[in-house]
Amino acid sequence: MIRLIDVYKEYENGTKALKGVNLRIDDGEFVFLVGPSGSGKSTVLKLITAEIAPTDGRLMVNGYNLTNITPKQVPHMRRTLGVIFQDFRLIEKKTVYDNLSFAMRAIGASNRELRRRIPYVLQLVGLEQKGNRYPGQLSGGEQQRVAIARALVNNPSMIIADEPTGNLDPQRSLEIMMLLERINELGTTVLVVTHEKNLVNRFTKRVVVIENGRIISDGMGGYYNVEKI
Amino acid sequence: MSRRFDAGYYVSEGVHSIFTHGFMSFAAVCMIVACLIIMGSFSLLAVNLDNTLGDLENENEMIVYIDETLNLGQAQAMKSTLAQVDNVSQLTFVSRQQALADFKAKHGGENSVMADLPADALRDRYRVHVVDIEKMAETKAALEQVEGVGDVNAATEIADGFVMVRNIATGVAMVLIGILLVVSLFIIANTIKLATFYRREEIAIMKMCGATDGFIEWPFVVEGILLGLSGALIAFFAQWGLYQLVAKLAIQGNGLSLVSIVSYSSMAPTILMVFCAVGAVIGVGGSLVAIRKFLQV
Repeated sequence: MIRLIDVYKEYENGTKALKGVNLRIDDGEFVFLVGPSGSGKSTVLKLITAEIAPTDGRLMVNGYNLTNITPKQVPHMRRTLGVIFQDFRLIEKKTVYDNLSFAMRAIGASNRELRRRIPYVLQLVGLEQKGNRYPGQLSGGEQQRVAIARALVNNPSMIIADEPTGNLDPQRSLEIMMLLERINELGTTVLVVTHEKNLVNRFTKRVVVIENGRIISDGMGGYYNVEKI
Repeated sequence: MSRRFDAGYYVSEGVHSIFTHGFMSFAAVCMIVACLIIMGSFSLLAVNLDNTLGDLENENEMIVYIDETLNLGQAQAMKSTLAQVDNVSQLTFVSRQQALADFKAKHGGENSVMADLPADALRDRYRVHVVDIEKMAETKAALEQVEGVGDVNAATEIADGFVMVRNIATGVAMVLIGILLVVSLFIIANTIKLATFYRREEIAIMKMCGATDGFIEWPFVVEGILLGLSGALIAFFAQWGLYQLVAKLAIQGNGLSLVSIVSYSSMAPTILMVFCAVGAVIGVGGSLVAIRKFLQV
């Protein structure tokens, strides 16, 4: 569960990225966060992943109060999240399997846990035959599936996808979005940040529109026909 | 999933990383070798200087003249009393006859004007070496207080000179070694920082997955130790060769008969230990300094 209560963020250079944002995402939801460049989407993500702290307001993520979280608690909070990036951020020198085991090792998983969990997740994203391939040997869509598998492998309660289809063609983008929808149906909360209006409008999901540091609409349905707050 | 200290994983990752980033590892080892050899050379110079000064100090003795009213037996009996004086390390009795013979031999032999000197022209005496040359003046004063001692002759000015030279040499060596240690740490940190730069993406991914700073740092610590120890071993043998070469040149070329060269093999275990310790410290220190920046995600 995510809660932002009257959150402000002003960067050191004086940029006011967020101006009193209120947002609640409950467990099991699928939410699109949309808005133009510089609207504050990335700032919201950075706040949720505790890369930055709010200037004012309250922020809670999966039971952690990020307003006064200690540095030691941050890794534990992040284990409740799985993050997917536009540029995949896979380690080129590691195989698909090793990219996933790398993520599991990072939180202290045993070899037994690796052997049990990784094949299951690879099967979930449709890459069970490609565990031994290197990222460079895969298509863009497949690389993003690996990134999704890596985000899922530690069994987080929430997936955060930052422009996950930004580098993909429309067909691959749709496949990735359908995969995320399936993951959501299995019980994981999904928050997708995207620019792609057409893709958003193909799904009947909650859409939060942010502009100029403020949420200007929040409702079910497409990007264009949401109700203004 | 429980957090646990996975030593096998840390070692495996550390070793793997050394070979994966082979060129940067090579550069780091070269830097460690260079720094250790420079530090080692200064240290060995200081050791040899100290050793030479020590030899010269040992040759610097006091002469304790026994009162001429005491006979030979009484003079010899004073040895145990003199030996109890603080800071006295070695006593050698020289009878007045022996002293005269030595004197004549040194200053012209039997044919000189000194041939006519009477047998009791000189006094019985002790040649005294001290433990600590810095306390020579106090020792001289204490010896003068012993009953039966007529006079004490000590070159305290020369002793003070030795002490001053030794203290300055030690001080300069310590300062230079300290500066070199800091410079080495800085260079190694920057070399490893360059290597770490290529891995910032991996570190960022690990952080985003929920890895603790400790978990990320351990493989770098292992890598730093291994690079440091590798550098230390290479530096140890390179230093050995260099030292032998310089020692050979110094002995061949010199009228420096004053200089006594300490053998490398006699210092080898100490040098190896110090090199390994310093190598490991600058390897680990450099790694931790380098990685700190990338942990702030």
